[in-house]
Amino acid sequence: MSMHTITVTVNGSREYLTVPSNMTLLQMLRDKLALTGTKNGCEAGECGACTVLVDGEPVNSCMMLAVEIDGHEVTTVEGLARLYDDEAELSPLQEAFAEHNAVQCGFCTPGMLISAHALLQRSAHPSEDEIREALVGNLCRCTGYLRIIQAVQAAADRTRGRSADTRSMSAKTAPKPAGVPFSGGAE
Amino acid sequence: MSARRSSSTHTSEPVGKSVRRVDMTDKVSGAATFTDDMQFGPGLYHARLVRSPHAHALIKQIDASRALDMPGVKAVVTGQEVRTRIGLYLIDRPIFAGERARYVGEPVAGVVATTEEIAEEAAQLVEVTYEQLPAVFDPVEAAQPNAPLIHPDMGEYEVVNFIFPKPGTNVSEHFKLRKGDVESAWPRCAAIVEDTFRLPQIQHVPIEPHVAISLWEQSGEVTLWTSSQSPFAQRDLIAKSLEIPHGNLRVVSPYVGGGFGGKAGVSMEACAVVLAQAVQGHPVKLRMTREEEFVGTTVRQSLVANTKIGCDAEGNLLAMETEYFFGGGAYNDYGVNIARAGGYSCTGPYDIPNVVGDSYCVYTNLPIGSAMRGFGMPEIHWGIEQIMDQLAEKIGMDAAEFRRCNCVKTGDTILTGMEMPAIDMVACIDKVTEAIGWGEERPPSAPHKKRGTGIAIMWKAPAMPPNPGSSAIVRFNEDATVNVEIGAQELGQGAFTVAAQVAAQALGVPYEWVRVSAPVDTKYSPYEWQTVASRITWSMGNAVKAAAEDARHQILETVADHWDEDVEDLDIKDGQVVSYKSEREQPLKDLVIYGLPNENFEGWKGGPVLGHGKFMPTYVTNLDPDTGQGRRAVVHYTVGAQAVDLEVDTETGQIEVLKIASAYDVGKAINPDLIMTQIEGGAVHGMSSAFEALQFDEQGRPINPNLVDYRIMTSVDVPREIHGDFVETPLEDGPWGARGVGEHVMVQTAPAIANAINDALSIRFNDLPLSAEKIFLALEKRRQAK
Repeated sequence: MSMHTITVTVNGSREYLTVPSNMTLLQMLRDKLALTGTKNGCEAGECGACTVLVDGEPVNSCMMLAVEIDGHEVTTVEGLARLYDDEAELSPLQEAFAEHNAVQCGFCTPGMLISAHALLQRSAHPSEDEIREALVGNLCRCTGYLRIIQAVQAAADRTRGRSADTRSMSAKTAPKPAGVPFSGGAE
Repeated sequence: MSARRSSSTHTSEPVGKSVRRVDMTDKVSGAATFTDDMQFGPGLYHARLVRSPHAHALIKQIDASRALDMPGVKAVVTGQEVRTRIGLYLIDRPIFAGERARYVGEPVAGVVATTEEIAEEAAQLVEVTYEQLPAVFDPVEAAQPNAPLIHPDMGEYEVVNFIFPKPGTNVSEHFKLRKGDVESAWPRCAAIVEDTFRLPQIQHVPIEPHVAISLWEQSGEVTLWTSSQSPFAQRDLIAKSLEIPHGNLRVVSPYVGGGFGGKAGVSMEACAVVLAQAVQGHPVKLRMTREEEFVGTTVRQSLVANTKIGCDAEGNLLAMETEYFFGGGAYNDYGVNIARAGGYSCTGPYDIPNVVGDSYCVYTNLPIGSAMRGFGMPEIHWGIEQIMDQLAEKIGMDAAEFRRCNCVKTGDTILTGMEMPAIDMVACIDKVTEAIGWGEERPPSAPHKKRGTGIAIMWKAPAMPPNPGSSAIVRFNEDATVNVEIGAQELGQGAFTVAAQVAAQALGVPYEWVRVSAPVDTKYSPYEWQTVASRITWSMGNAVKAAAEDARHQILETVADHWDEDVEDLDIKDGQVVSYKSEREQPLKDLVIYGLPNENFEGWKGGPVLGHGKFMPTYVTNLDPDTGQGRRAVVHYTVGAQAVDLEVDTETGQIEVLKIASAYDVGKAINPDLIMTQIEGGAVHGMSSAFEALQFDEQGRPINPNLVDYRIMTSVDVPREIHGDFVETPLEDGPWGARGVGEHVMVQTAPAIANAINDALSIRFNDLPLSAEKIFLALEKRRQAK
């Protein structure tokens, strides 16, 4: 197995890693960086538990090789809160999940949060159908999804509310690493 | 504004309040540790299993030499070397098959290597020689006298005294229920419906696959880290099977990423322990792939039900005869008790005076049938609830009213002869019919669509041995925060939150002061039988309450002595001891560890407060093996109702469930919103289960063991609205009257959907799974017939 040295920014922190050519991004995050918030549910791109952001776009990290992200930015669930506020324990989205009891066993939650975050970055006012579509690749067996959909709607409302309050706009005013997706994603 | 939560939140008397889950911040921040997240360092080895490609075969020879020659391979263990069996109710399952493989996917050997990739490659090199035998897959065929015999040694298996296997056949359990006289009742019936209903094997599909890590130390100490609903039952079963002293086997289980019964008892975990024994000093990790999760752990049993029910012209149910053939799969160590539960509850939640019920668990050459949410009840209610609708229609009675008249009520002598403990099914029916708008005409959203409404009701008792115990410890810290120690597991249902609420309420401290000691660790946690059967809020809740009351009593005695007052005049309110007599106050802080000084510091009284409590039902009796009659078959029943409003697209057969309304009698809602999350999640789980099936080819090989071909409901499939409600008829021996509800919430969803489809289309579907294709073809058949 040939080895490769890669440079990658994970949750704002620059990492230099030596990885085998067949190592997935999921394995790299979990086994090399001990970022175990990203879960392994199927290793086949079917369940969404391993969803992370690569340059702001949600991907199944089990379907991507570590060598492919050389030079790119990765955000995992552990890095979500700091995208909003360096001081925050939880992001508004995470807080909304908590308030709506949108979590039971919690195994799908990290991937769900990442997919929902990506949606809110590209669409500040998602409709219920848009939220459902955005989460279709993230399977949950406990909640029945409705609380999750409601939580995403509430977070969208809250983030909109925050936009009016300049004092709290630390996500926009704080120096951010290049490429971290605040600027609107795909659209 | 920072999103950091205010630390000043202060919830007094939290029972009955929807406080935030104790595990919530861990779970939304990515910090929650699941078994696969635990770090074991560079000494960790990885294991893969060698699985049988045949549904039924003798194992003639296993040659591991080529695998053992591979660099990086540390050990190969085969079933020909390890001959021990394991099981809970019927000890019928070898940890690795040695003589005979009984389903496609059965482990016959395991390989340990330095990496998962090497283990996987080496597993392919283990050469197993088989002699194929005839296989049988249908439970009714398997129950016939001429069927291929799957367990010729059944007579030698150890079995508990309330399970009745039939050696020389494939029947691993036969539960007989005889009540009244059905023969004299049939002629009095004005309407009789008799039909056959079939359900396929389905899988739990937890998003977290099974994973186990085991370490044998040279000292003889063995540790198993595992995602488990049953750390103590795993310790017990594995210790007995491998002859490890219980005290030497430690099972540690962090958060479980979904269980639904699939992580109850032992499935693949014993394989990890046996493999670790071969490489002592190294932890060995065995993690199921998604494909293995589907066919190599456990599944819900299949069922064939032949059921006949009759009522008189006024709609009074008079008689029922039913045969349930549970397809138990290759091993029935747990499944026998599902057939038993299907037997002693065989009427569903109805008062029927004359009953003949025969419930069989039958071996088949398919994956292992075992516990799944509902434990036999979703299976039997599928047919019963459709027949009840048909009977109501035949005699011209409203389906909801028919159920109000015939459902079990408090004090009824139910089918086993037991008196029904207090419940209120009628209130549940009233709530769901009101919520769904029962009887109101609602137009479909388009001309090619048909709209329908259906109702179904359910009951379920915790199915378990008569005497499963719970225990708990409550101990204080210097600042009067509290640690609750339990052996119950957090599967997502909220067990840890309930434990904290119960402890806080019984102690008189704010909810936020309580921590739940986790992970569950059999070396340190107090005993809990298993986190199954919807028994934890009730049983663990009682144990935690008893432990908190013990601690509270110790505190009050110390303070009463100190103040020279009577314990009866004192109370603990919001973390302070108060006297109603002298109106004095004493904060718990420091007192709960250091005690209180005597006057002028002439000595001290009190000391570290540590309360302990237990609960075990003591009143359940065995039942007569020929009639199923006895004084007390079960601890209690939880009952509930569901109504469904849906639309069917007649051009495609597509069903859209518009709304599900549910109501259950929970006794007391310890945390109302957590009950709602169970109700919502359960309704979707139940709905999903109506469309799920594990499929096999003619040789018993799985066709769809992946999440693309075995679809579970996604965010775009679920109804727009799920209405949840509950009734609170206190349970005599529940904490503040609470009883369980975690499984019940999905039991009757599939038949409620079937009844709504019939309302829309006047077509009945007796066999699951439902599918758009099946509905379309049924509509097409009717169109052609016209």
